[in-house]
Amino acid sequence: MAAIFSLYIINKSGGLIFYKDCGSTGRMDTNDSLRLASLWHSMHAISQQLSPVNGCTGIDLLQADTFDLHCFQSLTGTKFFVVCKPGTQHMEALLKHIYELYTDYVLKNPFYEIEMPIRCELFDINLSQAVQRESVILLGR
Amino acid sequence: MQFFGGSEISPSPPVPTGSIGNNAHMMYVFNRNGICLLYREWNRPLKTLNAQQDYKLMFGLLFSLKSLTAKMDPTSVEKGNLGVPQLPGQGCSFHSFRTNTYKLSFMETPSGIKIILVTNPRIGDLRESLKHIYNLYVEYVVKNPLYSPGTPIKYDLFNTMLDQYIKGLG
Repeated sequence: MAAIFSLYIINKSGGLIFYKDCGSTGRMDTNDSLRLASLWHSMHAISQQLSPVNGCTGIDLLQADTFDLHCFQSLTGTKFFVVCKPGTQHMEALLKHIYELYTDYVLKNPFYEIEMPIRCELFDINLSQAVQRESVILLGR
Repeated sequence: MQFFGGSEISPSPPVPTGSIGNNAHMMYVFNRNGICLLYREWNRPLKTLNAQQDYKLMFGLLFSLKSLTAKMDPTSVEKGNLGVPQLPGQGCSFHSFRTNTYKLSFMETPSGIKIILVTNPRIGDLRESLKHIYNLYVEYVVKNPLYSPGTPIKYDLFNTMLDQYIKGLG
């Protein structure tokens, strides 16, 4: 398994629409992941307010003691963020790739209602492949 | 954490590499009650709020980010509840975050002093520099007999030393 602990996707109003855990220690229940996701949404917004110069688009990378959090915001306001081991490479490429998967398998799914939780089998399958260590390295090339 | 290794300031503090010119935007020092002891500004073209509101927003951001990282910590089993205040050094904290326009580096000492340095985003790891700034604070503020803890810091000598060190960054 790659050095990725979990992946979150939040819609433009901060609601969690997708959460995948890839082997982090300690249980986190559904309520906790929902609250963390909306907390991240607000922190992302506040960080734009505090910028010393114009044109800030929010936090890209948060470096904590035991993990790194990489965040990618699409033009429509959907945020993708991945929690990984400190110093993991190619996370921007992975997030872009996940965004591609999201557009291909979620947005193009006629049964998917926009801004609602994601339940698409094909997306799950492709995502599991994408977060494998080997594929992350390939993305970096 | 090794903040109390000795009272003398290391002769050659590590200077991270970066582009030329002044890289620092501003700096905050908060005590554990959230009172802003020091605010220095070197380069801040954009100001959206008045000073007090700005300090509050900054402290709130750090507080919430700390509870977020403590809860999100993927390596610990017992993480507690989200939003419960934690003592300094307890739980998983963070040391920096980066946006497209700035990088914020953060250090909290065991006594709850928070030092925040906002720089341009291309600068390297500033953890050692923050420790050096903490040393300056200990030397020129805490050891000053006229200073009463919890009050704003207004010492020219400290400010001069700080400015000098910040100018050398990057």
